[in-house]
Amino acid sequence: MDKNIYDKQIRPGVIAVRALIYTVTAAVVTLVVAIIVYLIIKGLPYINWELLSTAPSRLNETYGIAPMIINTLYIVLITLVVSIPLGIGTAIYLAEYSKPGKIISAFRFAIEILAGIPSIVYGLFGLAFFVNTLRIGSGSGSMLSGALTCALIVLPTMIRTTEEALLQVNPTYREAAFSLGASKLHIIRTILLPCALPGIVVAVILSIGRIVSESAALLYTAGVDYTMPTNFAKHIVEPGAGLTVQLYLYATEGGAPDWVPYAMAAILMILVFVINLTANIIAGLFKKKVSVK
Amino acid sequence: MKKQKVHIYNNIFKAIVFFFALITFLSVILIGIFMIVNGGPSIVKVGLKEFLLGPVWNSANEPPQYGILAFILSSFYSTFFTVLIAVPISILVALAIGQLMPKGLGSVLRSIISLLAGIPSVIYGFMGLIFVVPFVQRIFNLSSGLTMLSSVIVLIIMTLPTIISVSETSINAVNKGYLEAAYALGVRKEYALFTIIIPAAKSGIMTAVLLGVGRAIGETMAVIMVAGNIPQMPSMLKPVRFLTTAIVTEMSYATEQTRGVLIGIGLVLFVFVLIVNSVFRFFIKKAGKING
Repeated sequence: MDKNIYDKQIRPGVIAVRALIYTVTAAVVTLVVAIIVYLIIKGLPYINWELLSTAPSRLNETYGIAPMIINTLYIVLITLVVSIPLGIGTAIYLAEYSKPGKIISAFRFAIEILAGIPSIVYGLFGLAFFVNTLRIGSGSGSMLSGALTCALIVLPTMIRTTEEALLQVNPTYREAAFSLGASKLHIIRTILLPCALPGIVVAVILSIGRIVSESAALLYTAGVDYTMPTNFAKHIVEPGAGLTVQLYLYATEGGAPDWVPYAMAAILMILVFVINLTANIIAGLFKKKVSVK
Repeated sequence: MKKQKVHIYNNIFKAIVFFFALITFLSVILIGIFMIVNGGPSIVKVGLKEFLLGPVWNSANEPPQYGILAFILSSFYSTFFTVLIAVPISILVALAIGQLMPKGLGSVLRSIISLLAGIPSVIYGFMGLIFVVPFVQRIFNLSSGLTMLSSVIVLIIMTLPTIISVSETSINAVNKGYLEAAYALGVRKEYALFTIIIPAAKSGIMTAVLLGVGRAIGETMAVIMVAGNIPQMPSMLKPVRFLTTAIVTEMSYATEQTRGVLIGIGLVLFVFVLIVNSVFRFFIKKAGKING
């Protein structure tokens, strides 16, 4: 009759808790996998050279997405050109030069707030300021206006990540260099930046992912044109829809056969996965290197 | 002689980074000022009370009516229900991949779920349009599945990865000694998860909730595709318009006056985010103190 105390008692409560946790987890993971697999399977067969190289044209009956790819590239590139110097410069200033005080902590607070603002509010600001007040490019938006708006969106993350990477550099390096009489610029250039480089690269790659997936902020700042750009320099001030914005327009307003949005969604997904994977791999290598030290 | 030159370069570099920091600082201030200067007068003109508490939005009327109460309530309800459902699910998943599963399986699932976080919101909207909208229409026998319920479902899926990853980080950061002490006293793991780990990870979970709220309130493109976009008081099975989608819907054809009011809505969103941030920061501090 006596039970051995070493026998594990089976309690219904314990089983119920485990069952609940595992069921919910399985459901979430299945959902995620289903979404990803469905979109890629639905879209992948339609991805071919014609789609990637032509512009949408009723006349030729092509529904290519080359202009959108070019527009997305324009926006990503211009955004990076603006935001990398600003973001890294600001981070260096905050981490290395600024003296703690009321203004600096107010600035940090402001950056933190900026990071939480919905992108549609940035879009609103971009439309009112870059497009309507400064009149950059055409009145219905331009690559430059869209990119400047995106730069504001990615700046907070870029500043924070770069600053973190700079502060994580082993302080003894800095002290050793100082004691050898190196100047501050020399230390930043030869020690801090090289050590923090992987962190900065990760910040830049994540920013690219963010810009590629941005849509609300671009709808009214970069415009919705889908013609092939003819003059590559002039295109900076011309309007154009990127992949996300055009996908939104196709999905809600039509204008293309059903398979086109699927193909665009698959391309966007693959693009974003590759970008995030690259960031993860670099971050992983960085971690290994740090832990070896 | 050489020393002098190094000094000059140092100062030039310092001036350059200071200049970049200054531009960033000024643009931060500029956004704030611009929103207030452009949105503020329009709100005053409509009247703060009519603006925030007015039940009717009709910008095409003569004179136009600019009451955004329906938008505020819709945004509030959908965020509330999203968080209400997404947070418990996320905590369970975080417990599973952080505490219960073998390390390898946990990290595989973690990376699968984190894939969700990077997906552009238009793709969520597109998926919602394909799956969720017809599903809701069929289940509830509606004439159209473009409802608040559809957008809540889409928002739940969108907020899951953020809430899961942040709460898992805080769950894994809980002092292992607490658990070991509990085991030593004969407490079962399943019991310890809910009575020890979750309370100890409270401030981190709060942060996760904050991020979820921020994402749900600010989401625009995914919900505009599935919410039906009709300005009326919120109800789960009716089409609704949110603060964010109100801006997108009317921006393209807005008159000068309406445009000002839309910037006013942006200002309201801005203030909401500020309030949510400060309230949660207060609670997180408090929770941190109790545990610390």
